[in-house]
Amino acid sequence: MATETTTDFSLDTAAALAADEGGAIEGRSPWFLAWRRLRRNFVALAFLFLFVLIVVACMLAGPYARHVAHTTPNENHLGETFVRDGQKVDIVSKGGITGSGDNTSFKAGGIPVGPQLWHAGGRYVFGADTQGRDVAVRLLYGGQNSLKVGIGSALICTLFALIFALLAGYYGGWVDWILSRFFDLIWAFPVLLLAIALGTALSINGFHHAGINIQAGSLWIPTGVISFVLIPYIARPLRGQILSLREKEFIEAATAQGASPLRIMASELMPNVASSVLVFFTLIIANNILTEAGLSFLGAGVQPPNPSWGTLIADGQSRIATAPWLAIIPGIAIVLTVLSLNVFGDGLRDALDPRAKVRIEH
Amino acid sequence: MLTFVIRRLIGAFLVLVAVSFITYLIFVKIPGGDPAQRIAGKLATDQNIADIREKLHLDDPFYKQYWGMMDSLFTGSLKSYSSQLNVVDEIKKGMPATFSLCIGAGIIWLGFGILVGLISAITAGRWSDRVITVLALIGISMPVFWLGLIARYLFAEGHPFSIFPDAEYVGITDNPWQWFVHLLMPWWVLAVLFIGFYGRVLRSNILDTINEDYVRTAKAKGVPYKRVLVKHVLRNSLIPIVTLFGLDFAAVLGGSAILTETVFQLKGVGQYAADSVQSLDLPPIMGVTIYATFFIVGFSVVVDVLYAWLDPRIRPT
Repeated sequence: MATETTTDFSLDTAAALAADEGGAIEGRSPWFLAWRRLRRNFVALAFLFLFVLIVVACMLAGPYARHVAHTTPNENHLGETFVRDGQKVDIVSKGGITGSGDNTSFKAGGIPVGPQLWHAGGRYVFGADTQGRDVAVRLLYGGQNSLKVGIGSALICTLFALIFALLAGYYGGWVDWILSRFFDLIWAFPVLLLAIALGTALSINGFHHAGINIQAGSLWIPTGVISFVLIPYIARPLRGQILSLREKEFIEAATAQGASPLRIMASELMPNVASSVLVFFTLIIANNILTEAGLSFLGAGVQPPNPSWGTLIADGQSRIATAPWLAIIPGIAIVLTVLSLNVFGDGLRDALDPRAKVRIEH
Repeated sequence: MLTFVIRRLIGAFLVLVAVSFITYLIFVKIPGGDPAQRIAGKLATDQNIADIREKLHLDDPFYKQYWGMMDSLFTGSLKSYSSQLNVVDEIKKGMPATFSLCIGAGIIWLGFGILVGLISAITAGRWSDRVITVLALIGISMPVFWLGLIARYLFAEGHPFSIFPDAEYVGITDNPWQWFVHLLMPWWVLAVLFIGFYGRVLRSNILDTINEDYVRTAKAKGVPYKRVLVKHVLRNSLIPIVTLFGLDFAAVLGGSAILTETVFQLKGVGQYAADSVQSLDLPPIMGVTIYATFFIVGFSVVVDVLYAWLDPRIRPT
């Protein structure tokens, strides 16, 4: 068989081909490649957008309360009325008998008004609670607290887990032994029960040890408790990764160049686990928002009168038959937030390392 | 093998000592202030406080106090602050409900998790897989107590779809049928999260296994498709699921079922702890925490020993 064209491959071929295509081949960083993969994953991006939307909505709670709902999150409106389509409506129904003769009807008292959507000019969009407070306003303020606790605890937890994992993985020996036993110990406790125990004990007097003063009822208590109990869930897999990276040649090279341990940890080891840390961080926010809701539901998380999505559901629990929106709406907010983070976290994991199996186990 | 068992038991014992010590620190040291004052309440006289301090040995050094706490927990004399009921008795009373809930839910989530994962994997990429993936994601994103509330609001007696009796636990010895019907809703609510999670894990495991050489060999030599799927693929994909199940089941029994118990008013061990949170009643929470942790640690020793017995490769020296 005769070949029509013969190409002599030399060291310059690649450069020549690149020149034909117009321009030198650019080196592309792993982050750029990951971003390119993520950009094509429309579902993940759509859910990221949803999460950002929820965060922005919660941040706008103040202006919304002032200018649209004309109330504050903890303001009672018992015995007051509002105007819907030109008619006066009780915010919380007054009980009693109306009409006379055959038209007599009995009306139960204490039932708050249901979701008005936009029929009441922005007031009571999602209805009122038994104190006449605006549910939509409390939902947004509660969302602020839930997101603060969720994101804050995820930040603290990931940061400490990363530091512990770096120390344990890099130094090995007794440092590793002590830290690993510490992880084992927290791991041995049932997560929710340990969080409840800590949350309750701390809600009595706050925390006043080791120069840290936190008042009872502060948001820092659930934040700290959740980040503490979840540290081993991130630190253990990270430690494993660092242990295997530690044996690689580039660490040996850095040591031979005289790099200090701090430098090796910060600029050699950390960039190599950065993608795992990012994925863990996204997924643990979702997990922490759920944990916060559970703790607050049981009374061991965010303390009243501070609203959070968990306490809102707890408040609505007893009114589920007469005022179902009180419990349903904050629940939907939690599901949407957690779902958006889970879907985006999955997409992020696929984009950063299609073969990785990093996942958070509940 | 014997050395392995002994080593594992010594390790578990040390963990238990450390765990009980941490629990002691959480409940006695963290709240700060004078514990006697706290127990006596706001209207106490100085004499009341002194009596309490005397009775609870609060002036003793901390190791004696710690020993006293462990002693009262295991001799069964630990009493609640608010109701003065014996903590150990109350925990024993709650056990049937907790065990019924967890065992039933465990069977449901393992069975349906495998079913969902299998269907999702063999129809990977088709609409049934997509629907299952979406449902599984929603399932793992729902707060379990919220799902329980909604289920009760919709399906319990006296609500829009009155199908199941509402809440409360009926003893299995009192009336087996009522026991079953009362627990159906709590079982499913507790199982939903795990079905979603197990389905997703199993799906990716099966998709990994299906590309293995031995699966191709089995297909090539003419083994029927169903047999390949069950004997070669599923069996090997299930190993990590079984490990997960052991851990999750122990965790659920040891306290993760608290939220489900509370929502359905099952009066189990978890609800006992949750109810005590409201009144800041520390001894019951302490008792439940220590018992649950002991249970989890014991369970993990049993699982490890069983594993080592089944598979000699993982027996550490």
